[in-house]
Amino acid sequence: MTIRSAPEAGRGAAARPAFDPGAEAGRATDAILRDTLHGAHRGVVVDSPPGAGKSTLVVRAALELAAAGRPLMVVAQTNAQVDDLVVRLAEKEPGLPVGRLHSSDADPYDKALDALPNVRKSAKAGDLAGLDVVISTAAKWAHVKNVEPWRHAIVDEAYQMRSDALLAVAGLFERALFVGDPGQLDPFSIVGSEQWAGLSYDPSASAVSTLLAHNPELPQHRLPVSWRLPASAAPLVSAAFYPYTPFRSGTDHGDRRLAFAVPSDGSGPDRVVDEAAASGWGLLQLPARHTPRTDPEAVRAVAQVVRRLLDRGGAAVSERSPDPVPLTAGRIAVGTAHRDQAAAVRAALAELGVADVTVDTANRLQGREYDVTVVLHPLSGRPDATAFHLETGRLCVLASRHRHACIVVCREGVEALLDDHPSTEPVQLGVTVKFPDGWEANHAVLSHLAEHRVTWRP
Amino acid sequence: MSLITTLARLEAVSSGRAQPAATVRHRHLSEHPLVFVPLTTAGEAGAPLGALVGTDRDAPRLLVVPQPRDRDQRFAFLAELADVVLPYIDAYGESVETAERSETDPETGKRVKVEVDLCTDAPQLIVPSRAGLDLVRLLGRSMRFRRTAEQEPEAPHPAPPRVPLLGRWLTHFGERARVPGSALLLACTDLLSRHWATGQSSLEDQHLGALLAWIDPPGGESGAEAAHRAERARDERGQLLWPPAGPATDPAFDNKLLAPAIERYDRARTALAAAEDGVEADDRSGEVTAAERRIRDLVEGCTRPTWDAVWRSLDLLRALPEGAHVEDRWTRDRWSFTGHRDRVLAGEPPQPRRDDAVTAAGKLATREREQARLDAQEALDDPLVMAGRRLAGEAFAGEVTDVVMAYGEGRRPSPRPLVTVRTDDRPHLDERVKVYRSLGGKPQAAEFVRYEDGEAGDGTGGGGALVVLRVVDKMGRGKEPEEGSVPEKGDRVCFTLFEHEQRGGAKLPDPERTPWTHGGPPVAAEGPPAADPVTEEDLL
Repeated sequence: MTIRSAPEAGRGAAARPAFDPGAEAGRATDAILRDTLHGAHRGVVVDSPPGAGKSTLVVRAALELAAAGRPLMVVAQTNAQVDDLVVRLAEKEPGLPVGRLHSSDADPYDKALDALPNVRKSAKAGDLAGLDVVISTAAKWAHVKNVEPWRHAIVDEAYQMRSDALLAVAGLFERALFVGDPGQLDPFSIVGSEQWAGLSYDPSASAVSTLLAHNPELPQHRLPVSWRLPASAAPLVSAAFYPYTPFRSGTDHGDRRLAFAVPSDGSGPDRVVDEAAASGWGLLQLPARHTPRTDPEAVRAVAQVVRRLLDRGGAAVSERSPDPVPLTAGRIAVGTAHRDQAAAVRAALAELGVADVTVDTANRLQGREYDVTVVLHPLSGRPDATAFHLETGRLCVLASRHRHACIVVCREGVEALLDDHPSTEPVQLGVTVKFPDGWEANHAVLSHLAEHRVTWRP
Repeated sequence: MSLITTLARLEAVSSGRAQPAATVRHRHLSEHPLVFVPLTTAGEAGAPLGALVGTDRDAPRLLVVPQPRDRDQRFAFLAELADVVLPYIDAYGESVETAERSETDPETGKRVKVEVDLCTDAPQLIVPSRAGLDLVRLLGRSMRFRRTAEQEPEAPHPAPPRVPLLGRWLTHFGERARVPGSALLLACTDLLSRHWATGQSSLEDQHLGALLAWIDPPGGESGAEAAHRAERARDERGQLLWPPAGPATDPAFDNKLLAPAIERYDRARTALAAAEDGVEADDRSGEVTAAERRIRDLVEGCTRPTWDAVWRSLDLLRALPEGAHVEDRWTRDRWSFTGHRDRVLAGEPPQPRRDDAVTAAGKLATREREQARLDAQEALDDPLVMAGRRLAGEAFAGEVTDVVMAYGEGRRPSPRPLVTVRTDDRPHLDERVKVYRSLGGKPQAAEFVRYEDGEAGDGTGGGGALVVLRVVDKMGRGKEPEEGSVPEKGDRVCFTLFEHEQRGGAKLPDPERTPWTHGGPPVAAEGPPAADPVTEEDLL
């Protein structure tokens, strides 16, 4: 048995016979499915690094459970994730009866679902009774009452789900498969919750930490291969964000190439684009300065890098197709820490006549994948390093969305800023300390980026 | 910190005075608040040294613990505190009105309206600073599980009769204070810094004297200088002219004045205990009284400036008109107060030491909902707060330049007019983003359609962006929108990107149905929680 992306891994395996990513991933998947379908425990937890085929696993597990005659419910966190899963299920198994439970708001689901004949949509769980698979968001599931519990559930993005959200839906199923990425952004609360810090069921903690605190005997698996991250990125992301649960890339050096038809004009943006094309990473460093969040120079630099990426006729070669694929606007994303920064970048891109490039915050880029990402560093130009800006998950999301290259735009002086602001978060009794902390992860990423630095004074 | 707060603080620095951060008062202020200015002893958590407490600004009640490490005296202090606070609270519990509340009928499972009592007003506790809030919680926790002689006649060291009840009330106030926008228990520094922005950091704003100095500097002085003096100025004995608002005291006060006074008191008591006859005892008890009087004077001297500062702050705040939604939030406080009154009357046990999983999740959901509600209501009540939201791209205001009637698709076409608004704000509008405006106190929704080109060129002057919105509700049931339900050309409108009202969250399971993921139902505790086991470290 192999998972869907496994055949793509052929070259990596050939170049590195000691490690066959397809086989490794297949073994992990088999073990997960064995525990899910035949295990004695009520829950199975799967940790998945970025791009390790988490969605593929969820779809596969859902299909196998359905095929075994066990109707199941699927809990995802956002409507976009739910719609995406429905579409993937229908692609894989068009005949499978799937229910999409949605809210009673206007326009509650993706219109693409209307074209799928075996997908039934309803705002009432009762209408979907008896279907093999019923999918909805945690928020909607929480309103479902007085139904016969499902024998099985799959909880997707479980590390981004809050403990209180799991509390509201856990009565709906008897056993469940929890899948998620522990390195991404932790769930948060808009009000203080220190009062419950250290309690095993702290409502603001992640669903998985509560689940494991109460059920430490549950089997935990992890997916060992990232199919998204290139060989240039996986070692850094693994070492910086997953030091105790390392993973490998599914492809090897040379499997992916990024080339540009138009030669460099020698400017900062062009030099950093070339550096990133050659090495997978690029740091465009602007002069040190304290700036407002929407630093106009940095925002413009981000926009110019994107403009040059498009103007220079980029083409990407990867294991997905033998021919070079043009690097289009749809394959590029810009990531920021704050919404106003994203808005400023969008405005700057519009001024340069760039359309259709995704610009969003780390929170909203979770789970997405692009060929090239341009990141405005969360600490660029800041006078202080707050817990928000230091959060490990934020940097991890921003640094792990790309298949080919990641370009970071940042002002000089972040190392010094980090040294001036060591972690000072109070230590809470009973709370498992998360490793690595944001401070350390930021240093690890910066010192790697320093090898790919292009300094530029706009 | 939002951009507008940063700007206000910069302006405060350059002008030398605190700048208004609100044009109305966003918290309810009772006509008869109970002000509580506590002090604690250095080195022992939660050991009260004294307090000024009362509802009359000219006649506070001074409570003092001459030897804070003496547990009997501590109990006496708490009993005295209960004598002041509980009658104040009880008075509000007596006057009730009838209100409706929906409850789930246990037999049918349906939501039904029931008539219940709602207290017409609620008590309000004011402490000087945020550290005071923490002390209220700590006192509540330390008292609510105490057993009285009546409850356990055999046990040694029984608590005075009303102390556990005071603990339950202080716990309730302390928990309620964590709900955003609530006003049962307020810290004076929080109140002031909500309504004024000073030229110092928010950490420095925790000093009540310095904060007041920025807001209302004495005669012509700059706020920065006055604040500096409030923080540092000392008299010839090295004592602060404006003692800190507590509950912690100034170390110079502890070392130079308090420690010798307590030592003198201890000596006098030892001597009194060793007295051999009545005459000698009389003399020595006079010395004990004198030593106690000295400590009382010290504590009063330390709390009285803060007491006066709290009342002055209340005067400043009362000068602001109350925001339109404040009453609504105070009603929630009254419900909270009535609810706890009922639990006490029903003889329920004190609040548990720790919340169970369901209670914790319920509280967090309530607080998040109240935070969102507070943010929206403050913006709707106050143009200055709304300006901050507009600056942050979360709202926009402008003039309607065009209204085109259009209809929705569907069997019965309903009105979906397109409204063009010219605004100088820069809202974060994406396709189909919902926006809301207040229409007769109710939110009316519209969705963003597009930006119109040709801005500023229509000859009416003024630049800005032209935003086209489609109004989608609150226009009545007919084919034509009801009178006044659609903005007209020339109207000034303000739309927000945030919702005005909060939906109730999903119902959580009952605690006895806590699922396996959260450890299953809590094990019912029998009687009061067991004390921590005594370890070797306890008996050093």
